[in-house]
Amino acid sequence: MADAPVPAISVRNIHKSFGQHEVLRGISLDAHDGDVISILGASGSGKSTFLRCINLLETPDEGEITVAGEAIAMKRNRMGSLVPTDRKQVDRIRSELAMVFQSFNLWSHMTVLQNLIEGPVHVLKRPKAECIAEAEALLERVGLAERRNYYPAHLSGGQQQRAAIARALAMQPKALLFDEPTSALDPELVGEVLKVMRSLAEEGRTMLVVTHEMAFARNVSDRVMFLHEGVVEADGAPEDIFTNSDSERFRQFIGGFQA
Amino acid sequence: MDFDVAFLLSTFVKLVAAVPMTLGLFAASVSLGALLALGITYCRVSGGPLLSVFARAYIFVFRGSPLLIQMFLIYYGLGQFPAVRHSLFWPVLRDPFSCAVVALALCTAGYQAEIMRGGLQAVPAREIEAGRAAGMSRLLLFRRIIAPIAIRQALPAYSTEVILMVKSTALASLVTVWEVTGTAQRLISQTYRTMEVFLVATLIYLLINFIIVRLMALAEYRLSPHLRERPDPASSGGRQGEIHG
Ligand SMILES: Nc1ncnc2c1ncn2[C@@H]1O[C@H](COP(=O)(O)OP(=O)(O)OP(=O)(O)O)[C@@H](O)[C@H]1O
Ligand SMILES: [Mg+2]
Repeated sequence: MADAPVPAISVRNIHKSFGQHEVLRGISLDAHDGDVISILGASGSGKSTFLRCINLLETPDEGEITVAGEAIAMKRNRMGSLVPTDRKQVDRIRSELAMVFQSFNLWSHMTVLQNLIEGPVHVLKRPKAECIAEAEALLERVGLAERRNYYPAHLSGGQQQRAAIARALAMQPKALLFDEPTSALDPELVGEVLKVMRSLAEEGRTMLVVTHEMAFARNVSDRVMFLHEGVVEADGAPEDIFTNSDSERFRQFIGGFQA
Repeated sequence: MDFDVAFLLSTFVKLVAAVPMTLGLFAASVSLGALLALGITYCRVSGGPLLSVFARAYIFVFRGSPLLIQMFLIYYGLGQFPAVRHSLFWPVLRDPFSCAVVALALCTAGYQAEIMRGGLQAVPAREIEAGRAAGMSRLLLFRRIIAPIAIRQALPAYSTEVILMVKSTALASLVTVWEVTGTAQRLISQTYRTMEVFLVATLIYLLINFIIVRLMALAEYRLSPHLRERPDPASSGGRQGEIHG
C-alpha cells in the first residue's frame, strides 16, 4: 500500500438530492494522474450534478472528495446537511480543478487574453507578465492567437470553447472537468474542440469528461462510466464496455447513438 | 413680446451665478444617494429576510411618495420634535441646503437601489459560476466579475436617474435654497418678467443636462466595447481591449 499512487481525484459515495428528487445515490470514482474518464448517461441522469459536486459548485449531501490526497473538509450544519468547513480550502481546490462548461461561460466584459490571465493573476496571484506570456502560448496552441484581443461575443461557439479550454489550462490545474463541452456547438464546430481535447488527453492530462460524443468516449478515454438513475450502472475500459457490457441499459444507451 | 437682449443677458448672468448651488445640490445628493443605495441594494439582495423587507419598504416609500412632500417633512416637519432639535443632527436639519440634500439623497437612493438591483440581476449566472469554478473568493468575484458587468448594464438607467436629479434640485427652491430655479423666482418677483426669466432658466438646465448626457454616453461607450459590433479586423491590432495595468 505504501507505494500506491495518490489519485488526482478520489470521490467516495456521493449522494445529492434536489428536494425530494435524489439525483445521485452513492457514486464513487478514482481518477489517477493522466486518466481520461468519460462520463455518459441519459439527459437528467445526474452527470452534471456529479461533476459539479467534485468542485463543490454543488454541495453533496453525503460523501467525501479528495484532490491529490487532500480531503475537502466538510461538516454538518444544524439542518444535518454537509457544508464545507473552510471556504479558503474550497476556493484553492477549485483553482486546482479547472472546469469547462457546456455554454463556455467566458467573461463577456473581458477579451480572450484577459479571460485567460484573470485567474492566474487574481486567484493564483502570479506575476502578470509571466501570465500573459503563458496565455499567449496557450492561445497559439488552441489556434486563437489572432483573436486574443476579441471579446467573447465576437467569436464563434467553437472559438469560444477553445478559449474556455485555454482559460482552464492557464490555471495549470491538476485535473480538468468538462461538462458536455461540445453539446452547445453547431455540428461543424464540434471537431475543432474535440481535436484540442484529444491533444490534451495525449499529453497526459487528467480529465473527467461528461459527453455525448461516443467516438471520443470510445477512442480517447481510458475509462467510461455510465450513470443511470443516480448510480454507476456500468464502468470499465472502453474497449470492454462498448463491445460487451453486462448492462442491458448501457447497451440500449449506446444503441441509441448507433442508430 | 420684444427681445430685450440686455435683460436676457443680465438674467443669464444672475442665474449662472446660482449654477454652483444647483450643481452642489446635485453632486452631493447623487453621491450620498449612491452610498445609501449600495447599502439598500446589499440588504435587498444578500441580507436576510428582515433586511430585505426593510429594503423593499424603503424603496416603496421613497419611490411612491412625492419628493416635495418628503422635503417639506424633513425641513418643516422634523424641527417640531424637541428630540430632533436637541440631537446631533440638528445643525444639519436646520440648514436648508443640507435638508434639501438629505431629502434628494433619500429619494434618489430608492431609485438607484432598484437600478443597481437591475444591473446585478443582469449579470449572467454562467459567468458568476465560471468565477466560482476558478476559485475566486466572494469579494474577488464581486470586484472582478459581478460589479463591472452590473455597472455596464445599469448605466443607461442610471443616466436617466441622474438627469432627473438635476431637475429635482429645483424643488430645493421651496425650502429657501437659492439655486437656479429659486433665483429665477426671486428675479421674477422683482421684475414680473416670468416668461423671459424662466426661458433663460430652462436654457441653463438644458446646458447642464447636455453636458451630463454627453459624459454619461462617453462613460457608456468606454465601458462597453464588448457590446459593440465586432471590430474591423484590419484595425483590431492594439486598440480595443488592451490589457490595462
Ligand atoms: N439546481 C437544481 N435544482 C433542482 N433540480 C436540479 C438542479 N440541478 C439539477 N437538477 C435536477 O437533477 C437532475 C439531474 O440533473 P443533471 O443536470 O445533473 O443531469 P445531466 O445528466 O447533466 O443531464 P443533461 O445531459 O441534460 O445535461 C435533473 O432531473 C435536474 O432537473
Ligand atoms: Mg448536464
